[in-house]
Amino acid sequence: MTEKTEPADMPSIELRTEALESLLVEAGLVTPEALDGLINRYVADVGPMNGAKVVAKAWTDDAYRRQLLDDGTAAVGELGFAGPQGEHIVVVENTPEIHNVVVCTLCSCYPWPVLGLPPDWYKDPAYRSRMVREPRTLLSEMGLDLDDDVDVRVWDSSAENRYFVLPERPEGTESMSEEELAELVTRDAMVGVAKVTAP
Amino acid sequence: MDGIHDMGGKHGWGSVTIDPDEPVFRTRWQGRAFALGAMSMGLSGTNLDAFRHGLERLHPTEYLNDGYYGRWMKCAELLLVDSGVLPPGAVEARARQLRGEDVPTPEPVTEKKPSYERGGSGSLRELDSEPAFAVGQQVTTSSIGKSGHTRLPSYVRGRRGVVIAHRPPAVLPDATAHFTGEDPQHVYTVEYESTELWGPDAEPATVRIDHFESYMEDAS
Repeated sequence: MTEKTEPADMPSIELRTEALESLLVEAGLVTPEALDGLINRYVADVGPMNGAKVVAKAWTDDAYRRQLLDDGTAAVGELGFAGPQGEHIVVVENTPEIHNVVVCTLCSCYPWPVLGLPPDWYKDPAYRSRMVREPRTLLSEMGLDLDDDVDVRVWDSSAENRYFVLPERPEGTESMSEEELAELVTRDAMVGVAKVTAP
Repeated sequence: MDGIHDMGGKHGWGSVTIDPDEPVFRTRWQGRAFALGAMSMGLSGTNLDAFRHGLERLHPTEYLNDGYYGRWMKCAELLLVDSGVLPPGAVEARARQLRGEDVPTPEPVTEKKPSYERGGSGSLRELDSEPAFAVGQQVTTSSIGKSGHTRLPSYVRGRRGVVIAHRPPAVLPDATAHFTGEDPQHVYTVEYESTELWGPDAEPATVRIDHFESYMEDAS
């Protein structure tokens, strides 16, 4: 069903994308290699493995944890993570009493330098519409049940501040190294829709 | 503007499914659309706020029917046509030619990239003035929606919240998206009780959202 009249034989989005690239390459405005470079950066180098390193360091180095909560941009930058959608990073800490979760109802703002590009579910109208209105129900549907006495805080990213959740360190991980801990930390926990679990 | 993009609190969108094996890009074209979208701001002489407004200006069907990277690609086309870098219809014509149709190529048009005074790169700016609102202060916003770009979602309009943090001053998207200037402002995080937003039966929670100073009014 559509209320918009378009020719039935309108070229697909795939073909239109190819067309736009070919027009811009022909005009000398972009090169396919420049597109490849940007794509590869977000496929290979900028992703949740960056945020996982930040979290593991915060779990094992309390001075770093305090710095991270005080000035997220600087603390994350210290590990080499900066760039688009990371002008001002604010880190919010989950505890047994407080659960933070991040959404962007107006578009899909997300802390790229530490988490990479957002996954489909974060961009889904269902997530964008429901997280501010029924966070407990939605989190439960996504597999995270919170006790009634937990203080649920939903952060709607409506300006250039980018929110990033420092999850709780799971019990039973006391003997693990920073590198081993980083392997446990998931993207979903750093958005606040899951907890980190011990292996 | 009150459009399809303003999704907070809307009903009817169903459930959320997490695909644990989701790749960064599901298809080749999504990666190309991401890169073209990111580059379209510079190529069209616009900015990030104009890009977000471009997404909002897409017809709701266009906004939804090819997903996130679909709207990035359509927004890139919109900004490049607005700025005269591409003539209207150029992308569709090229796409048809790529699949073997004999259609004319639209004639080039005169470039008309926007010009306005920029105070630096990025969005954050220094301000000499003091913030008008204090942490702990009760505030509200206008209940009337406006046309044009804004970062004040409809679900908080006219509700009472409390300032919980000052954030770095930043350019006002309502201005930069329309190239009328930067109008840098103080930025605040405001906390709303769920019952203030959704009524007495709301799930216990708070929503914390960033507001530009000109959105806010004292409500103490």
